[in-house]
Amino acid sequence: MARDKGAMRIMAVDEMAEALGITPGMALADARARLPDLQTTPYNAAGDARWLEEIADSCDRFTPSVALDPPDGLILDITGCAHLWGGEAGLMSALAAHLVQLGLTLRLALAETPDKARALARHGGDMLRVGRKISPRNLNETGLGYQPQPEQAAATSHATPLDVLDLPVDALGLAEDKITALRRAGLRTLGDLAMRPRAPLAARFGQATVARLARILGEEDARITPRRVPPDISVTQRFAEPVGHSDILRATLHELAGEAGQQLAQRGQGARAFLLMLFRSDSQVQRLAIATGQPTRDPDLVLRLFQERIETLADPLDPGFGYDLIRLDISETDPLGADQLGLTGKDNPARSINLLTDRLSVRLGAERIRRFAAADSHIPECAGFTVPVARPVLPLADHGGTLEAGEPPLRPMHLMDPPQIVQVIAEVPDGPPRRFRWRRQVHDITAYEGPERLSAEWWKRRDGAGLTRDYYRVEDSAGRRFWLFRHGLYEREKDKPDWYLHGLFG
Amino acid sequence: MVNIIDSHPSLARLKRQIEALTPSAWRDPRGRVSFGLDRLDARLDGGLARGAVHEVLPRAEGDWPSASAFALIIARRAAEAAGTILWISSDAQRRRYGAPYGPGLADLGLDPDQILLVHAPDDLACLKAAADSLACTGLAALILDMGATQRLDLTASRRLALAAERSGVTALLLRPPASILASAAASRWQVAAAPSAPLPGNAPGRLTLSLALLRHRGGATPFDMVVEWNNEYRRVCEPTLLRDLPAPSQRRHMAA
Repeated sequence: MARDKGAMRIMAVDEMAEALGITPGMALADARARLPDLQTTPYNAAGDARWLEEIADSCDRFTPSVALDPPDGLILDITGCAHLWGGEAGLMSALAAHLVQLGLTLRLALAETPDKARALARHGGDMLRVGRKISPRNLNETGLGYQPQPEQAAATSHATPLDVLDLPVDALGLAEDKITALRRAGLRTLGDLAMRPRAPLAARFGQATVARLARILGEEDARITPRRVPPDISVTQRFAEPVGHSDILRATLHELAGEAGQQLAQRGQGARAFLLMLFRSDSQVQRLAIATGQPTRDPDLVLRLFQERIETLADPLDPGFGYDLIRLDISETDPLGADQLGLTGKDNPARSINLLTDRLSVRLGAERIRRFAAADSHIPECAGFTVPVARPVLPLADHGGTLEAGEPPLRPMHLMDPPQIVQVIAEVPDGPPRRFRWRRQVHDITAYEGPERLSAEWWKRRDGAGLTRDYYRVEDSAGRRFWLFRHGLYEREKDKPDWYLHGLFG
Repeated sequence: MVNIIDSHPSLARLKRQIEALTPSAWRDPRGRVSFGLDRLDARLDGGLARGAVHEVLPRAEGDWPSASAFALIIARRAAEAAGTILWISSDAQRRRYGAPYGPGLADLGLDPDQILLVHAPDDLACLKAAADSLACTGLAALILDMGATQRLDLTASRRLALAAERSGVTALLLRPPASILASAAASRWQVAAAPSAPLPGNAPGRLTLSLALLRHRGGATPFDMVVEWNNEYRRVCEPTLLRDLPAPSQRRHMAA
């Protein structure tokens, strides 16, 4: 139940309540009048949405392209998947058995287009209904304390038990006033609409009505937008009995990786991203992803990276009652030629470094293995930065190193991010620093060079403002070298500019 | 897989010939890393051992940048122009001293493209990453920067030393000042900053370091030395103060 316009209303009912005449949309007061013992719980929209997502996840085992049809529907595109389950009927009954096992009652329809299937399922009536069956006799005997008895695979698998033409106009899924208008015109079923010329229909009831009709009748096809991008290559292993032993999992993964590798080799490609999906028998799905820097199709490497990934999981992989289906998806591929042996029989250094960075990326996260990148900017922190090794970067700019002969390094080895505030004593407010205090230590400056004046990137800012930085390269009495800057020009941009330490020279 | 190359005598001969053409440092994992300064290399019998672990510690907290610069110098000398250097640092160390900065390393004479960075979250991850990396024969050098830790004990450092010996990767451990933990390192250096020879206009000069060799497995006697890093020729040299300094006006002239 939920509060709607000041009244508590019933949002959803179970079969038992339905059998007793309670319907969604009924005011709670009316329902209580009919059934004083009615048990209610607050409506949890977010929880329902999450549950739908979970069910959609577990339906990934039937097809990789699953779309949500909120608040309570799923659309599965089973093109090319049915043969794995012994045809469409086999897939339908497996799907029904799977969902009924989760305690759901559902209406299941199969059609050539998603809109047709949706219309059939939502408006096709109880003929399509699949679920645990309750007979009224049973209900009377046990009263409200009724415990549903699990009835396995109460599946019905009608290919098209109904004709869409018999469906009521509600199946168009249009707004209430449009439907009323259609009914007033005497058009009650989709069949009534379908036999009429479309142009006058569009003129009177709008283009949307005609478009929906065409889709439902299958004259026009619109593909679903799957929740996840379907993978390039997908290999699956089903088990008759759920398995949980790690040796079997490892062997299966190796086999799947080998199978995928063969497919890749035929295409002359190597994979850069793998997704392993472990479907538990209780509908939970565990997903593990790995990525490699260089394209690969070596099953040993894939297995090793996945093992590395499993070791890093915060909570270890819990097989529960076992996995009944394992799938390996490959979503990213790159061209990869045939393997070639090195002439000296030794490992190519670049190759062994790639293997190392892949392993470390899987263990520590791809964001933690980095290399230097440079950009064309005079702002120090923008001119040089690091990017993950896995991400390809274009060499936009040089790394610097444009020193003249005899010049010492002008940029620090280590850059502070963010710059650290320091207390500076200078002889004149806009002059060079004399002495500064950083981390409770006072440094007397014996040599300095500066200022190197870097203005803010005012052309990138809406207000055209930004403080100028005056950089000084300084050396203290112990020979330690620092990079300091004054943030803002004295009395021109700021009354009392702050000083920052931005980097350390060796 | 059967190694075809070794199975045929003429191929094996060809292989030997090709190997003879490759630089000696690749062929002999026990080659030495020279500093390019005769006075220093002579003390070390030609340089530091390649494929071994060397420890670098700052004399005081504030000398850490100098210690890390010295580790980088050894890594650069070991890797030469083409080798890859892996720099592993913990989050705590990067928070403390900042992250390595590409343009600054380029100014020191290194190619930032030859350096890979591993940002490990904690000490344990640092050590594990180091152990894995030392097994990788493609690397030239590795810098491990993990600050004060109890994890890098004698056993751990011996393990790293063995791995380095097997793969030929030169490993440099940056440790906190005055670490008293025993270790299996081939050498131990204490590094401090030293005042540089100022440039015209009293500007700070080149990277100048005060080195002290504390321990050496090869039997070199401990010594102190002040050296300068020449970022143009990428070698260690005598500090400018000891050399004949051209007049400041001449210096600029020569530079141009």
